[in-house]
Amino acid sequence: MWQALYAELGPKGFLPIAVAFDSRGVEASLPWIEAAKAEYPCLIDRQHLVADLYDMPNVPIAAWIDEDGRIVRPPEPAGSNDAFRTMDHTTGAMPKESLDELRNTRRTYLDGLRDWVSRGAESPWVLSPADVLARMQGPTDERALAAANFRMGEHLYELGLEDAAKPYLADARRLNPDSWAIRRQSWNLEHPLKAGGPEFWAAVDALREKKYYAPIVMPERS
Amino acid sequence: MPHVAGALLINGLISPLESDGAPWLPVDSLERLAGWELKPEGACQGEHCVPIPPGREAEFVRDGRFNIAALARYLGQPVLHDEPTGTWLIGESAEVRASNLRSLQAPDFTLPDYKGVSHSLSDYRGRKVFLVSWASW
Repeated sequence: MWQALYAELGPKGFLPIAVAFDSRGVEASLPWIEAAKAEYPCLIDRQHLVADLYDMPNVPIAAWIDEDGRIVRPPEPAGSNDAFRTMDHTTGAMPKESLDELRNTRRTYLDGLRDWVSRGAESPWVLSPADVLARMQGPTDERALAAANFRMGEHLYELGLEDAAKPYLADARRLNPDSWAIRRQSWNLEHPLKAGGPEFWAAVDALREKKYYAPIVMPERS
Repeated sequence: MPHVAGALLINGLISPLESDGAPWLPVDSLERLAGWELKPEGACQGEHCVPIPPGREAEFVRDGRFNIAALARYLGQPVLHDEPTGTWLIGESAEVRASNLRSLQAPDFTLPDYKGVSHSLSDYRGRKVFLVSWASW
């Protein structure tokens, strides 16, 4: 998904690191990685460690990290928006205006990345430390406990103890109801297609006015 | 349910446990297994030491072994114990996560790529890193 951007911006010091939140492991992720012909690091995160460390509640979510290892944009939807919610649940078809909206958001986001790569700290896409902090919700005790329960469930699942894993995964969902990564991954462990099935769409519809992808806050100046 | 040997999960590591009870680790492998070192000042990570609470030493240290779950609970870290499998899992506290994020330094991690080669975020200092999640599901 990011190979074209890497081919364009890699020579200028830009590096995507793609982290697959995939408890089913490399067998689940590999077909996508091969299809993308990705030349940047494609890491497999069965236990969702990066989701926990960076408080990433979904996919695709990205953080921008500068040359000194400083977060200059905190985790936010990586060019995605809620237009997908108009998709026909059976055919996957979307109205033209939704497709345009998706394309526009993605184009704006990619242009933001290009601006950051060429202008560095001068780019309006780079947030001040105060703005970065203000936009990070920060971990809570419930989320820390949710991550621990998820990891226990994932571990038991890897041991082949699916029934033993279930109560831990259920506790993880209950403790961090805002995490679509936990919710959809645990559905996926029950059945490979469940994460995108009727349960998923029912949960998305139940959001009503609430967002699935928080809108990206665009720079005021450029 | 098949019996699975007990294990300790901490800091992304999985270590077998010798007994079914609490995770008492040999003091001389405490650093390797759990990232802590026992010193006269207390349990230490580098220069940072946590004194063992006075009067409660026996909960923490006994017969050359250290109860890592007791320390984790004392520090407010999540501690889970799956009795049937003897699995202990120690997570990170929200407080430590939050204070790490407040520094705005990107938390480091090490994960395998799809070929099994390990990568750490810190390997890529000096580049503009776009850290992005995705999933097959």
